[in-house]
Amino acid sequence: MSIRATNLLVPVISVILGLLVGAIVMLVSGYDPIVGYTALWNGIFGDLYTIGETIRQITPYILAGLAVAFAFRSGLFNIGVEGQLIVGWFAAAYVGVAVELPKIIHLPLAILAAAAAGALWGFVPGLLKAKFHVHEVIVTIMMNYIALHTTNALIKTVSDGGDRTESIFLSASLRSEFFQNLTDFSRLHYGILIALAMVAVMWFILEKTTLGFELKAVGFNHNASEYAGMNVNKNVILAMVISGAFAGLAGSMEALGTFEYVSSKGGFTGIGFDGIAVALLGMNTPLGVIFGATLFGSLKYGALNMPNAAGIPLEIVEIVIAVIIFFVASGYIIRLFLLRAAKKKEAK
Amino acid sequence: MSFLEVLYFIVPSAIFYAAPLILTAIGGVFSERSGVVNIGLEGLMVIGAFVGILFNLLFADQFGNATPWLALIAAMAAALLLSLVHAVASISFRADQVVSGVAINLLAIALSLYLVKKIFDKGQTDFITERFPRYDVPFLSDIPVLGPMLFSKMYNTSILALVVAIVAWFVIYKTPFGLRLRSVGEHPMAADTMGINVARMRYIAVMISGALAGIGGAIYAQTISGDFGHATINGQGFMALAAMIFGKWHPLGAMGAALFFGLAQSLSIVGPSIPYIKDIPSVFLLILPYVLTILALAGFIGRANAPKANGVPYIKGQR
Repeated sequence: MSIRATNLLVPVISVILGLLVGAIVMLVSGYDPIVGYTALWNGIFGDLYTIGETIRQITPYILAGLAVAFAFRSGLFNIGVEGQLIVGWFAAAYVGVAVELPKIIHLPLAILAAAAAGALWGFVPGLLKAKFHVHEVIVTIMMNYIALHTTNALIKTVSDGGDRTESIFLSASLRSEFFQNLTDFSRLHYGILIALAMVAVMWFILEKTTLGFELKAVGFNHNASEYAGMNVNKNVILAMVISGAFAGLAGSMEALGTFEYVSSKGGFTGIGFDGIAVALLGMNTPLGVIFGATLFGSLKYGALNMPNAAGIPLEIVEIVIAVIIFFVASGYIIRLFLLRAAKKKEAK
Repeated sequence: MSFLEVLYFIVPSAIFYAAPLILTAIGGVFSERSGVVNIGLEGLMVIGAFVGILFNLLFADQFGNATPWLALIAAMAAALLLSLVHAVASISFRADQVVSGVAINLLAIALSLYLVKKIFDKGQTDFITERFPRYDVPFLSDIPVLGPMLFSKMYNTSILALVVAIVAWFVIYKTPFGLRLRSVGEHPMAADTMGINVARMRYIAVMISGALAGIGGAIYAQTISGDFGHATINGQGFMALAAMIFGKWHPLGAMGAALFFGLAQSLSIVGPSIPYIKDIPSVFLLILPYVLTILALAGFIGRANAPKANGVPYIKGQR
C-alpha cells in the first residue's frame, strides 16, 4: 500500500472508529445507536432549512481549521485559535455597532477589524516565540483566557453594563436574502463564500509564493532554513499573524453572519478547539480542511436534533469528536496496523 | 475595615481557592518532569469533579461525614483511568502529546455532561449535602495574628494540598524514584542506557498526575461549587498548568504560584467588598495569572526552562 493511500486511510479509519465508539457508548447507556444516528443524519440533511444551517455551522469551522492548519504547516501549534476567534468576534461586532457607513465600506471594514484583532492576538505568541523562544502552545492557551476575560469586560463597557451589544447595523451584516430564500429562511449567510475564498488564499500562499515556501521550509527544519538565508524569526511571526487573522475571520462569521451581535461568555465557544480536529483530519491541507470542517460542522449542528428526536444527550457527538482526534493523533498505531495487514496479504 | 481585617479575610480565601490548583499543578509537575506534556489536566479535573459530586450525591446517606473523603478516592480512581488514555496515546502510540491532551479535555467534559444528562435528566447535578467541614487547627490557631489568618476555619483539604506539595518535593528531589523520573524527562536515552524503563516511568508519572488532578477537581467541586455542570471547572486545569510553569516545574514553586493565583482568583470574587481592591476593575485580577505566566516564560520574571525531553515521544534506537 502506498504511503499516500495510508495517509488518506488514517483519517477515514479514525472517523469510523469514532462513530463506532459513539455507538458503543449509546448502547451501554441504554440508547439505540441506530435511532441516535438516524436523528443525527436528519439533523444534518433533514430538509432545506437544516442543510442551510449545517452549511452556516461549517463556515467558521473552515476558517478555524485553516488557522490551525496554517500554523501547523509552519511548524507551530496554535491552540489560541479560540482566543483569536473571540477577539475577532468582538472587533467585528464593535465595528458593526459603533458606526453606520455605506455597506461597501462598512462590511469590509468590520471583516478587516476582525482579521486585524485575530492577527494581533496571534502576533504576541509569534513575537515571544521568535524573540524569547517561548513555546507557543502555553502562550496561546494563556492568551485564550486573556481574550475571554478582556472581551467580556469590553462588552460590559460598550453596552453600559449589559451582557451583549446591540445588534449590528444592516450595512455590516453578511445576511443573504438569496441564501435565505434558497434554504427555507435558515441563517445561512455570505460568509461561506469568504471561507471558501480563504481556502484558496491559503493554498495560494503556501503553494505559489516565496513566503509560503519559506514558511513550509521553516516548518520542516528551521536550522536548515536559517542556513539557507531565510529569516526564521520573521517567518514565525508572520505565520502566527496570518493564522490569527484566519481565526479572527472565523469570529467575524459569528459576529456579522450568524448572531449579528456579541454577548459575554461564561466559557469558550469550542470552535477554536474543534479547529484543531478539523486541521488534523484534513492533514493540514487547504482542501482537507474543507472536508474536516464539513464533517465536524455537520456533526455539531446535527447533534442539536438528537435530544428531541431520539432523547439522547447531544454531548454524544462531542465524545465522538474527541475519540476521532485521539485516533488521528495516534496515527502511528493505525499505520502500523495497516502495514502489518498489507504484509500479511503479500505473504499469502 | 482595617488592614489586618482585610488580611484575615483574604488569606484564608486565597488558600481555599489555591488547594485544587496546588494538587493539580503538582500532578502536572510529575507528568512533565517525566517528559510527557499534560494539557489534559483540565479534563482530568473535570472527571474528578464529576465523579466526586456523583459519589457524594449517591452515597451521602450511607457514609455520612466520611462521604467527601471517599468521593475524593473515587474521583482519584476515575481520573487515573482517564489519564491512562493519555498515557497510552502519548507514550505507546507516539501521538502528539498536546493533541492527545486536547482530546482528553474534550472527552472529559463531553462524557461527564452526557452522564449528567442521562442520570439527572438536566444540565447540572443537584447540590451536595455532605461537604468538607471547616475547623480551627488546635494550638496553631491560638497564635496571635498568624493563627486567625492561617489556621482558623481551615479546610482539611487545604492542609492535604500543602502536605502533598512537600511530599512531592521530597519524592522528586530526594528519592531514587525522583531521580529516575527527572532523568527520563531530561535525557531518556541516557536513562534507558542506565537500565531505567523509560516507558514505565512515564506511565507512572502520567498516572500520578491523573490521580492528583482528579483529587484537585473533586476538592474544587466539593468545596467551592457544590454541584457539577458544564462551567464548574472552567479553566482551573489550565490555571494549574500555568502555576506549574510559573513555578518552574518545581513542586514547591508550583505550590507558591498556585497560592498566588488562588489569591488573584479570590480577589476577583471577594474584591468588591474590600477597600482599595474594589477600585481595580476585576478583569485585571482575572487575567493576572495568565499574564504573569507569559511574562515568566518570556524571562521577565526569572527564566523558566521546561524539562529537555518534554513533549518528545521516546523511540528506542532513534538518535
